[in-house]
Amino acid sequence: MGSIHVVVPQPEEPPALSTRAIDNLQYIRETMERATSFTAIPGWGQVGIGVTALAASYIAGRQSSFRNWMAVWLAEAVVALLIAGWSIDRKARAANLPLLSGPARKVAFSITPPLVAGGLITIVLYRAGLTNAIPGVWLLLYGTGVITGGMFSVSVVPVMGLCFMFLGAIACLAPELSDWAMTVGFGGLHIVFGIIIARRYGG
Amino acid sequence: MARQSALKQKKRDASSDLTDNGATPRSAATNLDRLIHERMRLGIVSALAANSSLTFNDLKNLMNTTDGNLSVHARKLEDGGYIACIKSFEGRLPKTEYKITASGRRALENYLNHMETLIHQARNAG
Repeated sequence: MGSIHVVVPQPEEPPALSTRAIDNLQYIRETMERATSFTAIPGWGQVGIGVTALAASYIAGRQSSFRNWMAVWLAEAVVALLIAGWSIDRKARAANLPLLSGPARKVAFSITPPLVAGGLITIVLYRAGLTNAIPGVWLLLYGTGVITGGMFSVSVVPVMGLCFMFLGAIACLAPELSDWAMTVGFGGLHIVFGIIIARRYGG
Repeated sequence: MARQSALKQKKRDASSDLTDNGATPRSAATNLDRLIHERMRLGIVSALAANSSLTFNDLKNLMNTTDGNLSVHARKLEDGGYIACIKSFEGRLPKTEYKITASGRRALENYLNHMETLIHQARNAG
């Protein structure tokens, strides 16, 4: 009685072994970068930005001229930028991530164009005397930047961007509500979404 | 019946993955940690190495895959001790979280070294 032998082909050496090794290293690097930018948004930093924005909103509301109102918010933008930079760096260090440069660059490249556009449109609107439209434009373009910058991040980030755009639309269509929209947006949304991110994604 | 044979196949896969775990050096090409050599599993381990933890849904979105595919590969890594699975409840919703283990991190480091060695060998040969 003959027995059946299963013939298992011996694995052969793949042709360009080093090419595949380079490809594998590239894949690991890309996946780690993608995964890092996924949770690199600092939740507590965002809460800090929200709190300073609430203070800025209170101070700006007491200014008599639009020029001073805008100066307060621009100062807040600088403070927010510093908090954001510091907290992204802190979160990356806490997670012992060596790939900070990749994800940080990606977020910076995505968020910068809408912010630059917002700056230029602000100058144009200010010169034309259409100052009522400025808060709405800020909220709209900041929301756009958060959506584009957050496209590779956890899904709550683009949702926050959409909320900013919604508030921007309200401020554009009903300028009398723009102070309220600025407070709810830069203060409230940052705090609420910051807490969600911090609790779900480790700080 | 079909389910049984699928389970057997799964066991065979898992055991072959584990026994090939660098234990049978035949050549530079085959002396690989087969458990993380597979693309999806390599991606899962890499993603978890860059984060303190990720939920099942985060990993699914990150790897752009299906529930079934992710759970099969995650289970193999879990069986191999490379990742740990933590199940909990967020309110009433069940939550599955994954973390890389010390052995998983070591395996990824070894795999990276292995790839670098292959590249160096090819350069020296050329």
